[in-house]
Amino acid sequence: MSQLFGLAAAALVGLGLYGLIVHPEPLRRILAFNLLGSGVFVLFGVLARRGALSGAGPDPVPQAIVITAIIVAFAASALAIGLLLRLRQATVDAASPPSDDAL
Amino acid sequence: MSGAWAFDAILAATVLGVAAWTVAARETFAAVAGFIAYGLLLALVWVRLAAPDVALTEAAIGGGVTGVLLLSAAARLGGGVPAATAWPATSLRLTAGALCTVVAVALAAVVLLLPEPAPSLAPQAAAALPATGLGNPVTGVLMAYRALDTLLEKVVLVLALIGVWSLAQDAFWDGEPRPQRSAPPPDALVFLARLLPPVGIVTGVYLLWLGADAPGGAFPGGALLAAMWILMLMAGLAAPPAVRDRRLRLALVAGPLVFLAIGLAGVFSAGAFLAYPASWAKPLIVLVEAAKIVSVAAALALLVAGPPQRSPR
Repeated sequence: MSQLFGLAAAALVGLGLYGLIVHPEPLRRILAFNLLGSGVFVLFGVLARRGALSGAGPDPVPQAIVITAIIVAFAASALAIGLLLRLRQATVDAASPPSDDAL
Repeated sequence: MSGAWAFDAILAATVLGVAAWTVAARETFAAVAGFIAYGLLLALVWVRLAAPDVALTEAAIGGGVTGVLLLSAAARLGGGVPAATAWPATSLRLTAGALCTVVAVALAAVVLLLPEPAPSLAPQAAAALPATGLGNPVTGVLMAYRALDTLLEKVVLVLALIGVWSLAQDAFWDGEPRPQRSAPPPDALVFLARLLPPVGIVTGVYLLWLGADAPGGAFPGGALLAAMWILMLMAGLAAPPAVRDRRLRLALVAGPLVFLAIGLAGVFSAGAFLAYPASWAKPLIVLVEAAKIVSVAAALALLVAGPPQRSPR
């Protein structure tokens, strides 16, 4: 059962990597990067689930690392989106006539 | 058992389909909507992988808070200068597709060739758990065995927020983030923003308390508190706080500071940085988690609110 999700996670990494490389829209690249990351997280989850086969419950160490990783991935995405919005604002400012710059 | 297998197969296929949609969709807004659905489906995958703690965090962060962040970003990017939307040449896309397939196939081969008695730290984690007074091994890893990771991760949240704030224009840099919407919010949103927060806040604190012995903890709890705050900001029931507000800054650093102070005290009382004296482990961990939930909630909500764009009033 966990192998099924392991294969899906491998496909998610491939999909995310493809979107990250070829997509022209920066926001879509951030989305694709999150797909790639979540694929890696699910791989961790599969490893944790396999740990349960050899004894007690699932291995809590990869699970805890994934919880930490989800928060860090969110923080990185928020920073990337902040940079993207600022870049777009700067592009709009540069494209508009200089009279609009008086603020 | 075959019913469960069929469910897993359908779930995995749906997750892959929605993921492909977020890459292939023409409209950015549709791709973002797909990504929110993807986050919720992924939470189901975590349940099936026997990881309810991760499922709660994924549903709250991946499906909820990230969704608000991406939707508002997509809305703001919609206007203004059109982006360069030219896709790369077909040959480049084919090459990239082939190389990404190689990566995916290699990972799949690794998954299929994993060693058979799977290595696991679960027995060791369970054996040492009584010393911490906790009942949930995942919380034990987060707060005791790998406490340094958790401490640094909270510092990363604050650093990311400083990074977002530093994108503000000079004139506004100690001001307020702009409100989530300029038009008067719809009545249904205002009603929900009055109805949900009392329930959401109690549930968030309950998740924090529950985290010691059952799935839960400060991360899903903090994300839920942040979601309630974001809801009130969107409905105009609360004003976004000014960045120079001292209480706000104190709330942001409370989690890392309390964790660090207790960690340093551990050098003297338990002989190692981030170690807990044996009889005090549980109360100290609950104290650190309580400070952490405040900082996580504030940092998540402010990361969504974005850099200050108005002068403080």
